[in-house]
Amino acid sequence: MKIIEPSARTGPDIFPRMGAAFPFSAIVGQEQMKLALLCVAIDPSIGGVLIFGDRGTGKSTAIRALSALLPPSKVIADCRYGCDPARRASWCSECLARPAKRQAITKSVPVPVVDMPLGATEDRVVGALNLEQALNSGVRSFEPGLLAQANRGFLYVDEVNLLEDHLVDLLIDVAASGENVVEREGLSVRHPARFVLVGSGNPEEGELRPQLLDRFGLSVEIRTPQDIALRVEVVRRRDQFEREPQAFMNTWRKHEQKQRREIVAARKRLAGVSVDNAALRWAAQLCMRVGTDGLRGELTLIRAARALAALHGRSAVGSEELVAMAPPALRHRLRRDPLDEAGSTLRIERAIGEQGMALG
Amino acid sequence: MAEAHIATRAGDALLAAAVFALEPAAIGGITVRTDRGAACECWLVLLRKLLDEAMPLRRLPPHIDDERLLGGTDLASTLGSGRPVYARGLLAEADGGVILMSMAERVPARLAALVAAALDSHSVAAGAWQHAQPARFGLVALDSGQADEEHCPAVLAERLALHIDLHGVHPDDLSSAPIDRAALTRARLRLGAIRIDAAAITALCGAAAACGIDSLRAPLLALRVARASAALDERDVVNAADLQSAARLVLGPRARVLPEVPESSEPSADSESPPQSESAPQSESAPQSESAPASESAQNAAAPPPAHAGEDLDQQLVGAARARLPAGLLAGIGPGAASLPRSSTAGRAGAAILKGRRGPPAGIRSGRPRHGGKLNIVATLRAAAPWQRLRRAQARAAAPRVIVRAEDFCVTWFRQRSETATLFVLDASGSSAMHRLAEVKGAVELLLAECYVRRDQVAVVAFRGRAAELVLPATRSLVRAKRLLAGLPGGGATPLASGLALAHQLADQLRRRGLAPLLVLLTDGQANIALDGSAGRARAHQDALLAARLLRAAAFKSLLIDTAPRPAVLARVLAEAMQARYLPLPYADARALAGAVQSAA
Repeated sequence: MKIIEPSARTGPDIFPRMGAAFPFSAIVGQEQMKLALLCVAIDPSIGGVLIFGDRGTGKSTAIRALSALLPPSKVIADCRYGCDPARRASWCSECLARPAKRQAITKSVPVPVVDMPLGATEDRVVGALNLEQALNSGVRSFEPGLLAQANRGFLYVDEVNLLEDHLVDLLIDVAASGENVVEREGLSVRHPARFVLVGSGNPEEGELRPQLLDRFGLSVEIRTPQDIALRVEVVRRRDQFEREPQAFMNTWRKHEQKQRREIVAARKRLAGVSVDNAALRWAAQLCMRVGTDGLRGELTLIRAARALAALHGRSAVGSEELVAMAPPALRHRLRRDPLDEAGSTLRIERAIGEQGMALG
Repeated sequence: MAEAHIATRAGDALLAAAVFALEPAAIGGITVRTDRGAACECWLVLLRKLLDEAMPLRRLPPHIDDERLLGGTDLASTLGSGRPVYARGLLAEADGGVILMSMAERVPARLAALVAAALDSHSVAAGAWQHAQPARFGLVALDSGQADEEHCPAVLAERLALHIDLHGVHPDDLSSAPIDRAALTRARLRLGAIRIDAAAITALCGAAAACGIDSLRAPLLALRVARASAALDERDVVNAADLQSAARLVLGPRARVLPEVPESSEPSADSESPPQSESAPQSESAPQSESAPASESAQNAAAPPPAHAGEDLDQQLVGAARARLPAGLLAGIGPGAASLPRSSTAGRAGAAILKGRRGPPAGIRSGRPRHGGKLNIVATLRAAAPWQRLRRAQARAAAPRVIVRAEDFCVTWFRQRSETATLFVLDASGSSAMHRLAEVKGAVELLLAECYVRRDQVAVVAFRGRAAELVLPATRSLVRAKRLLAGLPGGGATPLASGLALAHQLADQLRRRGLAPLLVLLTDGQANIALDGSAGRARAHQDALLAARLLRAAAFKSLLIDTAPRPAVLARVLAEAMQARYLPLPYADARALAGAVQSAA
């Protein structure tokens, strides 16, 4: 039995990684998944990513690699929620109430990638009453939960299809609104919680509720590479990493840095990437052709294509980006025939074929 | 041959114990198929002998609660000390040691997922803990599932490198340890320096692919096992024998297709096993005896595999893996067959517990005990605990020790609505198939879509030829249901009574699990095989009617869809006997059918 002091948030290192994470750039294949993750890293407003695939395909590896890959972010040093010093509009009430001198003290922290374990309680996710403060000084104070930790980062839920429905509802709701509202145990707290929700699962274990599917921005389906040489490469790298982590990280440092620079450049470029009418019309036509409900599909497709264009170093969205992002942005939004296996991707590709790749 | 097979099992069990004891956390663990007899006890004693005294060993019962598993607030100490006190959970307690999970086949899906997450991250972060707790452990999962359908959950089995089977193994064969602790310690020191060449990695990946194993964890784990095997044998280089052991222990039991082995390099599984069977159970240490087959298979002897022998090695490993294929697999499919549908998700008994039964609690919320909720005393006290000091200060004299107010009340909610499991009973016999198996499949697909919307579970029983078969155990994955249905063969006689009997048995099981079974029987009612398997229309009919009446007695909701080209009296009589709604297929357009299931439920 041990007493642990509940500590204030000191940054995303609250969940210390057991050793370094496998480098993102060393992941073999799985281009769709990597692309989707890069796109949401460039533009978090695209929304969450849903990754469905077999076991042992490296889903978790890719997501846990993000924290080390992404450039660190600046936060207000005192803030429990990691508020961005540059964007006053997004500050939590505590930061707004802080004296200007304290507001100006900032620090750099890695982008949080918070694992939400399947067993997490609602308290742990949303935050709860700080027991120690309540006991010792009789003060009702708020103890931030996982949602607070994930602010401005990623919240990863493995086996999202096994998570209790009310927790999934809660996550989706907060991810969409960017704010966690706590009204419980006599607490009334709201704080920013802007994060990219990444869910993964294995469809053979059970399906996700259909109404939740389209709340995710992008969805990718991944499979084990069928090429032996690729498989060998995966196993070889993983083995090297496990046996000599330091040497392995050194080998891949250059690639990681290059990838990081690309992301930084893409983020800078993002606001300047234009989407002309022809591109908008193409996206709208495609969505009508495949029959997605609502406008969320088009919006996501455009945003994702824009992020990809920024990554490609372009100043305008072209057909290449739209075609590349159409399957991940739309496949989970089709009016679902649950029995049509792997049909969604095909339907989108067919629709693209009918429509032609040319814009306008 | 059977004896040889079992002797190999004993040898493998010894080797597996040694490999596991060498580095439990890196190996992940062992699943042990066993009937929990003396052999299992012997094996556990032996394993205990190999593990360090200092290593924690914890037993994990399937009914453990989250708090005990992951850690949480220690209520008694918190109230006593006036400070929040947290207690470590079982996973964190087992750090650096071993967890023994008995009845792994009954483990609920959620528990399995939590343990799997800890196996992945080597840490636990949940409950009230602010910091992740280290939890590096190896897991021994004792799987005493009898039926084919009951296995250790796939999410765990996937992460445990070694899979052994103790069925039929004599306890005496497991009495002497293959290695002692001192030797294990030496091997552990050696482990870091073991070399393995690129050809060996290629061979393991190739063998895994040939066995139809998609997950890349398998070859990776096999690699670790090969290294461990070399270390146990006091070598610094992984050789062919190590790779063969790894293929046998890791890849073989995971195989989903019967790998084709060219006649020349490895004649068959049978000739692969005897050499080990002769040497393994002897008193000598198992790791050394493992090198025996390698020296007998002339070409590679004990030397490290030369690079050019990659292909050969590949085939050898496939051969080794083949020697440990699950027994049913060999009987069930031939070379080149498609992947096995059923082995993908085991532990379904657990999966069903996850949600939606009438009995089990569905969560704790704050609120008054009304509307079916039950007061949860522990949660209520926990809610009250932080306020005690304040309240006592406010309270007038003679306050009770613990001041609980209405706002602290927490109730446990139970699920009211019980979930439906739709059980399709398909007549895939010749009489049915000739006319309209395709149509029936179409109808079932429509019904499945309906079930999907309602989040029902579905199960499929088919009968043709001599007997009925459970094609798909209850699942919510309709993708699987559809895939199975597409590949369902038709033709043969009509053992209607067997079909009904199996359906009855299954419906009973489902009901015991708290689900509400709904039977959808699709048949033309023309039985010609009696319950005991003998041919003859009259007998067959009597049996079928009897089985139908038993179903009625058990009061299962049911629906009979008559698939005869011209609706005949036969099916109608059957429907009456089982008190099912009767629906002739010719007049039922697809939509009406789907509606029928909905209204029957």
